[in-house]
Amino acid sequence: MVTVEFLGPINKPNMELDIDNLNELALVLQDDATMSEWLKNCAVAVNNTMVSSLETPLKSGDKISLLPPVCGG
Amino acid sequence: MLSLYDGALNVSSILAQWYEEEAQSNYGAYIPFVGTVRSEDGIEGLSFDIYEPILESWFSEWEQKAKERGAIVKMAHSRGDVMLHESSYIAAVFSPKRRVALELIDEFVEDFKASAPIWKYDLKDGKRIYALERSTAISGSGLLAKGDK
Repeated sequence: MVTVEFLGPINKPNMELDIDNLNELALVLQDDATMSEWLKNCAVAVNNTMVSSLETPLKSGDKISLLPPVCGG
Repeated sequence: MLSLYDGALNVSSILAQWYEEEAQSNYGAYIPFVGTVRSEDGIEGLSFDIYEPILESWFSEWEQKAKERGAIVKMAHSRGDVMLHESSYIAAVFSPKRRVALELIDEFVEDFKASAPIWKYDLKDGKRIYALERSTAISGSGLLAKGDK
């Protein structure tokens, strides 16, 4: 089981999912109408490290974070 | 050094504290950048969400980059609401000579804008509105979107 968290303005509660890689997460979230716009501009981190591949493997206990566009300062 | 504060930053106190911390460190240059909330589009202020675990790892990488050039970076940022003409962000570089500090403050502040996990909201008419149009998608965004295989 992995935890998916939606940061900043996405305003969506965490999800617990039984998945093995980010490809599976993409499929789950593409079916979620509230996420369709966010998926286009969100970056992804696994255990607080930014990732760039859908093949990124996941193991139980991992934390996946979705980061929408940022603007500090 | 990364410091996060609830609400507006006390600019003179933070700048003085950083100065005192490094006064005997033999740095020839101290270049601070102070970001102040400006009046525009009828806003009453700004508000910020910060994701601290990733901000800390982002900042650690910059500490390492600065160290490789003989410099150090310091940063302070606000959480929550900051009203007009108050400061929400201070960054500074200390280095032995000016050139490294001048270059590094530019690179650091630009990467901060593009990558630091902080979300900005306009405070307007009693509402907190995500400033999407002024925000930057982090490099690699869209990974989970349809068609991105």
